[in-house]
Amino acid sequence: MARKKKKVPGLNSSSTADISFILLIFFLVTTSMDTDMGLARRLPQPPEKDQEDAQIDVKERNVLNVRLNAAGYLMVNHDFIDVAQLRARAKEFIQNKNNNPKLPELHAKQIDLLGTCYVTDKHVISVQTDRGTPYNIYFQVQNELVAAYNELRDDLAIAKFGRPYARCSEDEQVAIRTYYPQKISEAEPKNYGGN
Amino acid sequence: MAKKQGREMPEMNTSSLPDLIFTILFFFMIVTTMREVTLKVKFTVPSGTELEKLEKKSCVSFIYVGPPTDQLRAQMGSGTRIQLNDRYAEPREVMDFVAQERTTMSDPASQVMSMKIDQHTQMGIITDIKEVLRKSWALKINYSATRRN
Repeated sequence: MARKKKKVPGLNSSSTADISFILLIFFLVTTSMDTDMGLARRLPQPPEKDQEDAQIDVKERNVLNVRLNAAGYLMVNHDFIDVAQLRARAKEFIQNKNNNPKLPELHAKQIDLLGTCYVTDKHVISVQTDRGTPYNIYFQVQNELVAAYNELRDDLAIAKFGRPYARCSEDEQVAIRTYYPQKISEAEPKNYGGN
Repeated sequence: MAKKQGREMPEMNTSSLPDLIFTILFFFMIVTTMREVTLKVKFTVPSGTELEKLEKKSCVSFIYVGPPTDQLRAQMGSGTRIQLNDRYAEPREVMDFVAQERTTMSDPASQVMSMKIDQHTQMGIITDIKEVLRKSWALKINYSATRRN
């Protein structure tokens, strides 16, 4: 009965901080803070069932054929080139500055904010791969093509609005996108060279 | 002066330190993401310059493509495999996966498929996946990559 008077000693909580520190460090180590990055692309809509394989006629001058073979070599129209040269080649093709008859046709087009411009809105960049093409090469090609568009859009945005594309307003971005529409098509893979 | 000499510096009260650390802990638990699936394939994503950040984490589904990890190689061989959630799958199963992912999303219209594909994969299998994605109307895709300068 003498025990009744005894008090329960207070729990020593001085180590709670240490415990929570350990938990904190555990979470810092196991979780990934890094945001996922990637090249965003959009696939074309699936063909409708009753749709025949309609061959849309595209003039030869409007198409930039980029072919990748199983060995990872790159062919643009009729030339073998290096991935590093692709960006310049694509920019020249999309722009057609000097109205070269071998590059895409220029059309007069009324664009809000920019007025009447001559644009190559009928151009198509067609990327064709082999089933054996390494993914890395394909990715680099896509990256260079997107880079070509981004550079052209940035140049135009700086020339017209005085700031890069990313910092333009919504309307300005729409105008620039109409000037340089991104047209990268992907055809069914074929077997080019090798196996 | 004589008065103050006897005084000692009071000790700092550290009783709120655990609460403080717990707050930081909860902050990290909320902002970071734990890897949900155990990877069964090995991959090194390519590097690029024109990358965009994946926004809206809740609308992103991942497809992993690459050779099986070293532990699983003995059973599965070293051919390229597709991983959906926690298991290996065939390209045609991607359609079910897309539909199933869509049901768990608050905004299925902005569904993005993030493709984490090994650099050395051949394009054949990727084209097959893309064809299935097209058929299942998952048109927004993202080729996962690391930034290169």
